[in-house]
Amino acid sequence: MMEKLVWYLTQPYVQYALIVGVLIALCSSLLGVTLVLKRFSFIGDGLSHVAFGAMAIAAVLNLTNNMLLILPVTMLCAVLLLRTGQNTRIKGDAAVAMISVASLAFGYMLMNVFPSSSNVSRDVCTTLFGSSSILTLSRDKVWLCAALSVIVVILFIFFYNKIFSVTFDEAFARATGTKAGAYNLLLAIIIAVIIVLAMNLVGSLLISALVIFPALSAMRVFRSFKRVTVCAAILSVVCALIGILVSILAGTPVGSTIVAVDIVAFAACWLVGLVRGGQHT
Amino acid sequence: MALLTCEHLSLGYEGHEIVHDLNFKVNAGDYLCIVGENGSGKSTLMRTILGLQPPLGGSVMTGDGLSRNEIGYLPQQTVVQRDFPASVQEIVLSGCQNRMGFRPFYGREEKRIAKENMEKLGLTQLAHRCYRELSGGQQQRVLLARALCATQTLLLLDEPVAGLDPKVTAEMYDIIATLHRHGVTVIMISHDVDAALRYATHILHVGKQLYFGKRDDYLQSEAGKLFLLQQEGGASE
Repeated sequence: MMEKLVWYLTQPYVQYALIVGVLIALCSSLLGVTLVLKRFSFIGDGLSHVAFGAMAIAAVLNLTNNMLLILPVTMLCAVLLLRTGQNTRIKGDAAVAMISVASLAFGYMLMNVFPSSSNVSRDVCTTLFGSSSILTLSRDKVWLCAALSVIVVILFIFFYNKIFSVTFDEAFARATGTKAGAYNLLLAIIIAVIIVLAMNLVGSLLISALVIFPALSAMRVFRSFKRVTVCAAILSVVCALIGILVSILAGTPVGSTIVAVDIVAFAACWLVGLVRGGQHT
Repeated sequence: MALLTCEHLSLGYEGHEIVHDLNFKVNAGDYLCIVGENGSGKSTLMRTILGLQPPLGGSVMTGDGLSRNEIGYLPQQTVVQRDFPASVQEIVLSGCQNRMGFRPFYGREEKRIAKENMEKLGLTQLAHRCYRELSGGQQQRVLLARALCATQTLLLLDEPVAGLDPKVTAEMYDIIATLHRHGVTVIMISHDVDAALRYATHILHVGKQLYFGKRDDYLQSEAGKLFLLQQEGGASE
Protein backbone atom coordinates (compact mmCIF):
# COMPACT_ATOMS: atom_id res chain seq x y z
CA MET A 1 0.00 0.00 0.00
CA MET A 2 2.86 2.38 0.80
CA GLU A 3 4.30 1.81 -2.67
CA LYS A 4 0.96 2.52 -4.24
CA LEU A 5 0.69 5.76 -2.27
CA VAL A 6 4.20 6.86 -3.21
CA TRP A 7 3.48 6.11 -6.84
CA TYR A 8 0.33 8.20 -6.71
CA LEU A 9 2.15 11.08 -5.05
CA THR A 10 4.53 11.34 -7.99
CA GLN A 11 1.61 11.81 -10.39
CA PRO A 12 1.04 15.48 -11.32
CA TYR A 13 -2.77 15.21 -11.16
CA VAL A 14 -2.58 13.93 -7.59
CA GLN A 15 -0.15 16.68 -6.67
CA TYR A 16 -2.50 19.28 -8.16
CA ALA A 17 -5.42 17.85 -6.24
CA LEU A 18 -3.47 17.95 -2.98
CA ILE A 19 -2.32 21.54 -3.50
CA VAL A 20 -5.78 22.79 -4.40
CA GLY A 21 -7.41 20.74 -1.67
CA VAL A 22 -5.15 22.09 1.04
CA LEU A 23 -5.55 25.70 -0.09
CA ILE A 24 -9.32 25.50 -0.32
CA ALA A 25 -9.60 23.75 3.04
CA LEU A 26 -7.42 26.45 4.59
CA CYS A 27 -9.49 29.35 3.22
CA SER A 28 -12.87 27.86 4.02
CA SER A 29 -11.95 27.07 7.61
CA LEU A 30 -10.57 30.57 8.23
CA LEU A 31 -13.80 32.19 7.21
CA GLY A 32 -15.85 29.42 8.79
CA VAL A 33 -15.11 30.64 12.31
CA THR A 34 -16.53 34.06 11.54
CA LEU A 35 -19.52 32.69 9.66
CA VAL A 36 -20.49 30.30 12.43
CA LEU A 37 -20.12 32.96 15.11
CA LYS A 38 -22.11 35.53 13.13
CA ARG A 39 -24.87 32.96 12.65
CA PHE A 40 -24.24 33.02 8.93
CA SER A 41 -23.50 29.30 8.43
CA PHE A 42 -26.54 28.96 6.26
CA ILE A 43 -25.46 31.64 3.82
CA GLY A 44 -22.61 29.40 2.71
CA ASP A 45 -25.12 26.71 1.86
CA GLY A 46 -27.37 29.10 -0.03
CA LEU A 47 -24.48 30.53 -2.00
CA SER A 48 -23.26 27.13 -3.05
CA HIS A 49 -26.63 26.51 -4.69
CA VAL A 50 -26.36 29.84 -6.42
CA ALA A 51 -22.97 28.76 -7.72
CA PHE A 52 -24.59 25.56 -8.99
CA GLY A 53 -27.20 27.54 -10.91
CA ALA A 54 -24.53 29.82 -12.34
CA MET A 55 -22.49 26.83 -13.40
CA ALA A 56 -25.49 25.44 -15.27
CA ILE A 57 -25.92 28.73 -17.10
CA ALA A 58 -22.23 28.78 -17.94
CA ALA A 59 -22.51 25.25 -19.34
CA VAL A 60 -25.49 26.21 -21.49
CA LEU A 61 -23.70 29.28 -22.81
CA ASN A 62 -20.74 27.05 -23.57
CA LEU A 63 -18.29 29.29 -21.78
CA THR A 64 -14.76 27.95 -21.88
CA ASN A 65 -13.91 29.46 -18.54
CA ASN A 66 -17.05 29.13 -16.42
CA MET A 67 -15.38 30.89 -13.44
CA LEU A 68 -15.90 34.20 -15.23
CA LEU A 69 -19.64 33.85 -14.80
CA ILE A 70 -19.89 31.86 -11.56
CA LEU A 71 -17.66 34.14 -9.50
CA PRO A 72 -19.44 37.46 -10.15
CA VAL A 73 -22.93 35.94 -9.85
CA THR A 74 -22.10 34.30 -6.52
CA MET A 75 -20.46 37.48 -5.23
CA LEU A 76 -23.52 39.50 -6.13
CA CYS A 77 -25.82 37.10 -4.29
CA ALA A 78 -23.49 37.07 -1.27
CA VAL A 79 -23.67 40.84 -1.04
CA LEU A 80 -27.45 40.84 -1.44
CA LEU A 81 -27.94 38.13 1.20
CA LEU A 82 -25.73 39.85 3.79
CA ARG A 83 -27.59 43.11 3.14
CA THR A 84 -31.01 41.63 3.88
CA GLY A 85 -29.62 39.75 6.86
CA GLN A 86 -28.64 43.03 8.50
CA ASN A 87 -32.07 44.56 8.61
CA THR A 88 -34.22 41.75 9.89
CA ARG A 89 -33.10 38.26 10.71
CA ILE A 90 -36.25 36.44 9.55
CA LYS A 91 -36.31 38.10 6.15
CA GLY A 92 -32.65 37.22 5.66
CA ASP A 93 -33.37 33.62 6.56
CA ALA A 94 -36.19 33.33 4.09
CA ALA A 95 -34.16 35.10 1.42
CA VAL A 96 -31.38 32.53 1.75
CA ALA A 97 -33.82 29.65 1.42
CA MET A 98 -35.55 31.29 -1.51
CA ILE A 99 -32.44 32.06 -3.52
CA SER A 100 -30.88 28.69 -2.83
CA VAL A 101 -33.79 26.52 -3.93
CA ALA A 102 -34.58 28.79 -6.85
CA SER A 103 -31.08 28.50 -8.29
CA LEU A 104 -30.99 24.78 -7.61
CA ALA A 105 -34.24 24.22 -9.51
CA PHE A 106 -33.28 26.60 -12.29
CA GLY A 107 -29.84 25.08 -12.68
CA TYR A 108 -31.18 21.53 -12.86
CA MET A 109 -33.81 22.52 -15.38
CA LEU A 110 -31.27 24.27 -17.59
CA MET A 111 -28.97 21.28 -17.50
CA ASN A 112 -31.81 19.05 -18.66
CA VAL A 113 -33.22 21.36 -21.33
CA PHE A 114 -29.83 22.15 -22.84
CA PRO A 115 -27.76 19.06 -22.11
CA SER A 116 -24.06 19.68 -22.69
CA SER A 117 -23.24 16.00 -22.73
CA SER A 118 -25.10 12.74 -23.22
CA ASN A 119 -25.23 11.87 -19.52
CA VAL A 120 -27.09 14.65 -17.73
CA SER A 121 -27.56 12.92 -14.41
CA ARG A 122 -23.84 12.24 -14.16
CA ASP A 123 -23.11 15.92 -14.86
CA VAL A 124 -25.56 17.02 -12.19
CA CYS A 125 -24.15 14.57 -9.71
CA THR A 126 -20.65 15.82 -10.45
CA THR A 127 -21.58 19.44 -9.80
CA LEU A 128 -23.49 18.61 -6.65
CA PHE A 129 -21.10 16.16 -5.04
CA GLY A 130 -17.79 17.01 -6.67
CA SER A 131 -17.07 13.42 -7.74
CA SER A 132 -13.62 13.00 -9.22
CA SER A 133 -13.33 16.38 -10.92
CA ILE A 134 -10.59 17.41 -8.56
CA LEU A 135 -8.33 14.77 -10.07
CA THR A 136 -8.83 16.15 -13.54
CA LEU A 137 -7.90 19.76 -12.78
CA SER A 138 -6.09 21.63 -15.52
CA ARG A 139 -2.93 23.56 -14.79
CA ASP A 140 -4.72 26.89 -15.32
CA LYS A 141 -7.36 26.07 -12.79
CA VAL A 142 -4.75 25.04 -10.23
CA TRP A 143 -3.04 28.40 -10.68
CA LEU A 144 -6.33 30.28 -10.39
CA CYS A 145 -7.22 28.38 -7.20
CA ALA A 146 -3.78 28.98 -5.75
CA ALA A 147 -3.79 32.69 -6.55
CA LEU A 148 -7.28 33.29 -5.17
CA SER A 149 -6.55 31.29 -2.01
CA VAL A 150 -3.37 33.21 -1.33
CA ILE A 151 -5.28 36.48 -1.72
CA VAL A 152 -7.97 35.27 0.67
CA VAL A 153 -5.41 34.20 3.29
CA ILE A 154 -3.52 37.50 3.04
CA LEU A 155 -6.73 39.53 3.34
CA PHE A 156 -7.77 37.47 6.32
CA ILE A 157 -4.48 37.95 8.15
CA PHE A 158 -4.35 41.64 7.32
CA PHE A 159 -7.87 42.31 8.56
CA TYR A 160 -7.82 39.68 11.32
CA ASN A 161 -8.24 42.13 14.22
CA LYS A 162 -10.95 44.09 12.44
CA ILE A 163 -12.82 40.93 11.54
CA PHE A 164 -12.64 39.92 15.20
CA SER A 165 -14.10 43.17 16.46
CA VAL A 166 -16.86 43.26 13.85
CA THR A 167 -17.74 39.64 14.57
CA PHE A 168 -17.73 39.99 18.33
CA ASP A 169 -19.71 43.21 18.55
CA GLU A 170 -20.81 45.01 15.43
CA ALA A 171 -22.53 47.84 17.31
CA PHE A 172 -19.44 48.65 19.33
CA ALA A 173 -17.21 48.41 16.27
CA ARG A 174 -19.40 50.82 14.36
CA ALA A 175 -19.74 53.20 17.30
CA THR A 176 -15.97 53.46 17.57
CA GLY A 177 -15.56 54.22 13.91
CA THR A 178 -14.88 50.84 12.30
CA LYS A 179 -16.61 50.68 8.95
CA ALA A 180 -18.52 47.51 9.73
CA GLY A 181 -20.50 47.72 6.50
CA ALA A 182 -17.32 47.65 4.43
CA TYR A 183 -16.00 44.64 6.33
CA ASN A 184 -19.27 42.79 5.93
CA LEU A 185 -19.02 43.45 2.21
CA LEU A 186 -15.45 42.19 2.18
CA LEU A 187 -16.55 39.07 4.07
CA ALA A 188 -19.36 38.47 1.59
CA ILE A 189 -16.99 38.69 -1.35
CA ILE A 190 -14.43 36.41 0.26
CA ILE A 191 -17.14 33.88 1.10
CA ALA A 192 -18.29 33.87 -2.50
CA VAL A 193 -14.74 33.29 -3.75
CA ILE A 194 -14.22 30.44 -1.32
CA ILE A 195 -17.45 28.76 -2.27
CA VAL A 196 -16.71 28.90 -5.97
CA LEU A 197 -13.25 27.47 -5.29
CA ALA A 198 -14.56 24.78 -2.99
CA MET A 199 -17.05 23.66 -5.59
CA ASN A 200 -14.12 22.08 -7.45
CA LEU A 201 -13.18 20.12 -4.40
CA VAL A 202 -16.33 18.83 -2.75
CA GLY A 203 -19.17 19.87 -5.03
CA SER A 204 -21.80 22.43 -4.22
CA LEU A 205 -23.89 20.40 -1.76
CA LEU A 206 -21.02 19.62 0.58
CA ILE A 207 -19.30 23.01 0.76
CA SER A 208 -21.02 24.00 3.99
CA ALA A 209 -19.41 21.03 5.69
CA LEU A 210 -15.98 22.33 4.75
CA VAL A 211 -16.85 25.75 6.15
CA ILE A 212 -18.65 24.72 9.32
CA PHE A 213 -17.09 21.53 10.67
CA PRO A 214 -13.51 22.71 11.31
CA ALA A 215 -14.80 25.84 13.07
CA LEU A 216 -17.23 23.90 15.25
CA SER A 217 -14.61 21.27 16.08
CA ALA A 218 -12.06 23.89 17.10
CA MET A 219 -14.66 25.68 19.23
CA ARG A 220 -15.22 22.51 21.26
CA VAL A 221 -11.58 22.45 22.31
CA PHE A 222 -10.23 26.00 22.39
CA ARG A 223 -11.40 29.12 24.11
CA SER A 224 -9.75 32.07 22.44
CA PHE A 225 -10.49 33.42 18.99
CA LYS A 226 -6.92 33.12 17.79
CA ARG A 227 -6.54 29.53 18.93
CA VAL A 228 -9.90 28.55 17.49
CA THR A 229 -8.95 30.08 14.14
CA VAL A 230 -5.52 28.44 14.02
CA CYS A 231 -6.87 25.09 15.15
CA ALA A 232 -9.70 25.20 12.61
CA ALA A 233 -7.20 25.90 9.84
CA ILE A 234 -4.86 23.07 10.82
CA LEU A 235 -7.70 20.64 11.35
CA SER A 236 -9.27 21.48 8.01
CA VAL A 237 -5.99 21.08 6.11
CA VAL A 238 -5.19 17.76 7.77
CA CYS A 239 -8.68 16.43 7.15
CA ALA A 240 -8.54 17.47 3.50
CA LEU A 241 -5.18 15.75 3.04
CA ILE A 242 -6.34 12.54 4.69
CA GLY A 243 -9.61 12.65 2.78
CA ILE A 244 -7.97 13.06 -0.61
CA LEU A 245 -5.42 10.31 0.03
CA VAL A 246 -8.03 7.89 1.35
CA SER A 247 -10.28 8.56 -1.60
CA ILE A 248 -7.45 7.88 -4.04
CA LEU A 249 -6.46 4.64 -2.33
CA ALA A 250 -9.97 3.38 -1.63
CA GLY A 251 -11.60 4.73 -4.75
CA THR A 252 -14.28 6.67 -2.85
CA PRO A 253 -15.62 10.05 -4.03
CA VAL A 254 -13.24 12.85 -2.95
CA GLY A 255 -15.79 15.32 -1.58
CA SER A 256 -17.75 13.01 0.64
CA THR A 257 -14.57 11.35 1.93
CA ILE A 258 -13.17 14.70 3.07
CA VAL A 259 -16.44 15.55 4.75
CA ALA A 260 -16.50 12.14 6.45
CA VAL A 261 -13.00 12.77 7.85
CA ASP A 262 -14.19 16.21 9.03
CA ILE A 263 -17.08 14.57 10.86
CA VAL A 264 -14.77 12.08 12.57
CA ALA A 265 -12.53 14.98 13.63
CA PHE A 266 -15.56 16.80 14.99
CA ALA A 267 -16.57 13.79 17.06
CA ALA A 268 -13.04 13.54 18.43
CA CYS A 269 -12.97 17.23 19.34
CA TRP A 270 -16.37 16.97 20.94
CA LEU A 271 -15.08 14.16 23.17
CA VAL A 272 -11.97 16.15 24.07
CA GLY A 273 -14.20 19.10 24.90
CA LEU A 274 -16.37 16.94 27.15
CA VAL A 275 -13.40 15.57 29.06
CA ARG A 276 -11.85 19.02 29.44
CA GLY A 277 -15.13 20.63 30.42
CA GLY A 278 -15.49 18.01 33.14
CA GLN A 279 -12.10 18.97 34.53
CA HIS A 280 -12.83 22.68 34.60
CA THR A 281 -15.99 22.59 36.64
CA MET B 1 -18.03 74.13 24.73
CA ALA B 2 -19.77 71.00 25.94
CA LEU B 3 -18.51 67.49 25.24
CA LEU B 4 -21.82 66.56 23.69
CA THR B 5 -24.61 68.81 22.52
CA CYS B 6 -27.98 67.60 21.22
CA GLU B 7 -30.19 70.22 19.64
CA HIS B 8 -33.82 69.91 18.56
CA LEU B 9 -33.32 66.21 18.25
CA SER B 10 -36.22 64.09 17.10
CA LEU B 11 -35.84 60.34 17.23
CA GLY B 12 -37.58 57.31 15.86
CA TYR B 13 -37.67 54.58 13.28
CA GLU B 14 -38.69 54.84 9.65
CA GLY B 15 -40.40 58.19 9.99
CA HIS B 16 -42.28 57.18 13.13
CA GLU B 17 -41.35 59.77 15.72
CA ILE B 18 -40.96 58.72 19.35
CA VAL B 19 -39.19 61.72 20.82
CA HIS B 20 -39.67 65.30 19.68
CA ASP B 21 -37.46 68.36 20.15
CA LEU B 22 -34.95 67.04 22.64
CA ASN B 23 -32.28 69.46 23.85
CA PHE B 24 -29.47 68.72 26.24
CA LYS B 25 -25.79 69.22 26.87
CA VAL B 26 -23.21 67.10 28.59
CA ASN B 27 -20.18 68.89 30.02
CA ALA B 28 -16.90 67.32 31.03
CA GLY B 29 -17.25 65.76 34.47
CA ASP B 30 -21.01 65.24 34.32
CA TYR B 31 -22.76 61.98 35.24
CA LEU B 32 -25.95 61.94 33.24
CA CYS B 33 -28.62 59.34 33.79
CA ILE B 34 -31.20 58.76 31.09
CA VAL B 35 -34.44 57.42 32.57
CA GLY B 36 -37.89 56.76 31.16
CA GLU B 37 -40.48 54.07 30.58
CA ASN B 38 -39.83 51.10 28.31
CA GLY B 39 -40.16 52.03 24.67
CA SER B 40 -39.78 55.72 25.38
CA GLY B 41 -36.75 55.98 23.12
CA LYS B 42 -33.84 55.66 25.53
CA SER B 43 -31.97 53.11 23.46
CA THR B 44 -32.82 54.94 20.24
CA LEU B 45 -31.30 58.07 21.73
CA MET B 46 -28.15 56.18 22.62
CA ARG B 47 -27.87 54.68 19.15
CA THR B 48 -28.32 58.13 17.66
CA ILE B 49 -25.62 59.65 19.86
CA LEU B 50 -23.26 56.89 18.76
CA GLY B 51 -24.07 57.46 15.11
CA LEU B 52 -25.52 53.97 14.66
CA GLN B 53 -28.70 55.46 13.28
CA PRO B 54 -29.48 58.91 11.88
CA PRO B 55 -31.76 61.27 13.79
CA LEU B 56 -35.08 62.18 12.16
CA GLY B 57 -34.23 65.81 12.79
CA GLY B 58 -31.90 68.02 14.78
CA SER B 59 -28.25 67.42 15.44
CA VAL B 60 -25.77 65.68 17.71
CA MET B 61 -22.45 67.49 18.09
CA THR B 62 -19.31 66.66 19.96
CA GLY B 63 -16.95 69.32 21.24
CA ASP B 64 -13.86 69.90 23.37
CA GLY B 65 -11.75 67.98 20.90
CA LEU B 66 -13.79 64.80 21.36
CA SER B 67 -14.30 63.00 18.10
CA ARG B 68 -17.41 60.98 17.40
CA ASN B 69 -15.57 57.66 17.43
CA GLU B 70 -13.93 58.30 20.78
CA ILE B 71 -17.02 57.53 22.82
CA GLY B 72 -16.60 54.42 24.95
CA TYR B 73 -19.73 52.34 24.56
CA LEU B 74 -20.95 49.58 26.85
CA PRO B 75 -23.70 47.85 24.89
CA GLN B 76 -26.18 45.34 26.18
CA GLN B 77 -25.05 41.77 25.64
CA THR B 78 -26.01 40.12 22.39
CA VAL B 79 -26.84 36.49 21.69
CA VAL B 80 -23.71 36.16 19.57
CA GLN B 81 -21.48 37.00 22.52
CA ARG B 82 -22.91 34.45 24.88
CA ASP B 83 -21.00 31.52 23.38
CA PHE B 84 -18.22 33.42 21.66
CA PRO B 85 -14.78 31.83 22.02
CA ALA B 86 -12.60 34.81 22.88
CA SER B 87 -10.18 35.54 25.68
CA VAL B 88 -10.60 38.57 27.93
CA GLN B 89 -7.44 40.08 26.51
CA GLU B 90 -8.61 39.77 22.92
CA ILE B 91 -11.85 41.54 23.72
CA VAL B 92 -10.28 44.36 25.72
CA LEU B 93 -7.70 44.92 22.97
CA SER B 94 -10.44 45.23 20.38
CA GLY B 95 -11.45 48.45 22.13
CA CYS B 96 -8.28 50.02 20.73
CA GLN B 97 -9.54 49.53 17.20
CA ASN B 98 -10.49 53.20 16.77
CA ARG B 99 -6.88 54.32 17.03
CA MET B 100 -5.65 51.74 14.51
CA GLY B 101 -6.66 53.26 11.18
CA PHE B 102 -5.40 50.85 8.54
CA ARG B 103 -2.69 49.33 10.70
CA PRO B 104 -3.45 45.61 10.83
CA PHE B 105 -1.87 44.59 14.14
CA TYR B 106 -1.88 45.98 17.67
CA GLY B 107 1.37 47.63 18.73
CA ARG B 108 3.04 48.16 22.06
CA GLU B 109 0.94 51.24 22.83
CA GLU B 110 -2.37 49.42 22.37
CA LYS B 111 -1.19 46.51 24.50
CA ARG B 112 -0.16 48.94 27.24
CA ILE B 113 -3.56 50.65 27.20
CA ALA B 114 -5.36 47.30 27.34
CA LYS B 115 -3.18 46.10 30.20
CA GLU B 116 -3.74 49.33 32.13
CA ASN B 117 -7.51 49.10 31.80
CA MET B 118 -7.56 45.43 32.75
CA GLU B 119 -5.63 46.34 35.90
CA LYS B 120 -8.03 49.19 36.60
CA LEU B 121 -10.99 46.82 36.55
CA GLY B 122 -9.27 43.91 38.31
CA LEU B 123 -9.18 41.67 35.25
CA THR B 124 -5.44 40.96 35.10
CA GLN B 125 -5.89 37.51 36.61
CA LEU B 126 -8.56 36.70 34.05
CA ALA B 127 -6.68 37.94 30.98
CA HIS B 128 -6.42 34.52 29.36
CA ARG B 129 -9.74 33.16 30.49
CA CYS B 130 -12.55 32.61 28.03
CA TYR B 131 -15.22 35.29 27.99
CA ARG B 132 -18.17 32.90 27.92
CA GLU B 133 -17.00 31.15 31.09
CA LEU B 134 -17.06 34.30 33.19
CA SER B 135 -19.86 35.42 35.50
CA GLY B 136 -22.23 38.16 34.40
CA GLY B 137 -20.47 40.78 36.50
CA GLN B 138 -17.05 39.79 35.19
CA GLN B 139 -18.31 39.96 31.61
CA GLN B 140 -19.62 43.48 32.16
CA ARG B 141 -16.22 44.48 33.57
CA VAL B 142 -14.54 43.09 30.46
CA LEU B 143 -16.82 45.13 28.20
CA LEU B 144 -16.25 48.18 30.38
CA ALA B 145 -12.48 47.75 30.06
CA ARG B 146 -12.92 47.54 26.31
CA ALA B 147 -14.97 50.76 26.34
CA LEU B 148 -12.22 52.47 28.37
CA CYS B 149 -9.70 51.48 25.70
CA ALA B 150 -11.76 53.42 23.20
CA THR B 151 -12.00 56.59 25.26
CA GLN B 152 -10.47 58.63 28.05
CA THR B 153 -13.30 61.11 28.26
CA LEU B 154 -16.83 59.91 27.64
CA LEU B 155 -18.52 56.61 28.50
CA LEU B 156 -21.97 55.60 27.30
CA LEU B 157 -23.48 52.77 29.31
CA ASP B 158 -26.60 50.97 28.15
CA GLU B 159 -28.25 49.31 31.17
CA PRO B 160 -24.91 48.30 32.69
CA VAL B 161 -26.48 46.31 35.53
CA ALA B 162 -29.19 44.45 33.60
CA GLY B 163 -29.33 40.84 34.75
CA LEU B 164 -26.83 41.22 37.58
CA ASP B 165 -27.56 40.22 41.16
CA PRO B 166 -27.77 42.95 43.87
CA LYS B 167 -24.24 42.49 45.18
CA VAL B 168 -22.63 42.62 41.74
CA THR B 169 -24.91 45.51 40.78
CA ALA B 170 -23.59 47.53 43.72
CA GLU B 171 -20.01 46.68 42.71
CA MET B 172 -20.69 47.78 39.15
CA TYR B 173 -22.13 51.13 40.32
CA ASP B 174 -19.08 51.57 42.54
CA ILE B 175 -16.75 51.00 39.63
CA ILE B 176 -18.62 53.52 37.49
CA ALA B 177 -18.63 56.04 40.33
CA THR B 178 -14.87 55.59 40.77
CA LEU B 179 -14.29 56.14 37.06
CA HIS B 180 -16.43 59.26 37.26
CA ARG B 181 -14.39 60.57 40.21
CA HIS B 182 -11.26 60.08 38.12
CA GLY B 183 -12.56 62.43 35.48
CA VAL B 184 -14.53 60.24 33.08
CA THR B 185 -17.80 61.75 31.92
CA VAL B 186 -20.61 59.20 32.14
CA ILE B 187 -23.91 58.87 30.31
CA MET B 188 -25.94 55.93 31.56
CA ILE B 189 -29.28 54.50 30.56
CA SER B 190 -30.95 52.98 33.56
CA HIS B 191 -34.17 51.39 34.70
CA ASP B 192 -33.01 51.86 38.23
CA VAL B 193 -34.24 55.32 39.26
CA ASP B 194 -32.89 54.96 42.80
CA ALA B 195 -29.38 54.44 41.51
CA ALA B 196 -29.82 57.26 39.01
CA LEU B 197 -30.76 59.64 41.80
CA ARG B 198 -27.92 58.42 44.02
CA TYR B 199 -25.06 58.71 41.55
CA ALA B 200 -26.01 61.10 38.77
CA THR B 201 -25.34 64.81 38.65
CA HIS B 202 -27.88 65.33 35.87
CA ILE B 203 -31.04 63.54 34.78
CA LEU B 204 -32.56 63.29 31.33
CA HIS B 205 -36.10 61.98 31.36
CA VAL B 206 -37.32 60.71 28.01
CA GLY B 207 -41.00 60.04 27.45
CA LYS B 208 -44.23 61.93 27.01
CA GLN B 209 -42.80 64.65 29.22
CA LEU B 210 -39.21 65.59 28.66
CA TYR B 211 -36.97 66.77 31.42
CA PHE B 212 -33.33 67.71 31.46
CA GLY B 213 -31.49 69.33 34.32
CA LYS B 214 -29.73 68.89 37.64
CA ARG B 215 -30.62 65.86 39.69
CA ASP B 216 -32.03 67.80 42.63
CA ASP B 217 -34.36 69.81 40.43
CA TYR B 218 -35.68 66.63 38.84
CA LEU B 219 -37.41 65.61 42.06
CA GLN B 220 -39.40 68.86 41.98
CA SER B 221 -40.27 68.65 38.28
CA GLU B 222 -43.58 67.42 36.86
CA ALA B 223 -41.94 64.58 34.92
CA GLY B 224 -39.90 63.50 37.91
CA LYS B 225 -42.75 63.47 40.42
CA LEU B 226 -45.00 61.55 38.09
CA PHE B 227 -42.35 59.01 37.16
CA LEU B 228 -41.27 58.36 40.73
CA LEU B 229 -44.88 57.89 41.76
CA GLN B 230 -45.37 55.33 38.98
CA GLN B 231 -42.18 53.52 39.94
CA GLU B 232 -43.24 53.29 43.57
CA GLY B 233 -46.68 52.12 42.51
CA GLY B 234 -45.04 49.49 40.30
CA ALA B 235 -42.73 48.35 43.08
CA SER B 236 -45.46 47.93 45.69
CA GLU B 237 -47.74 45.95 43.38
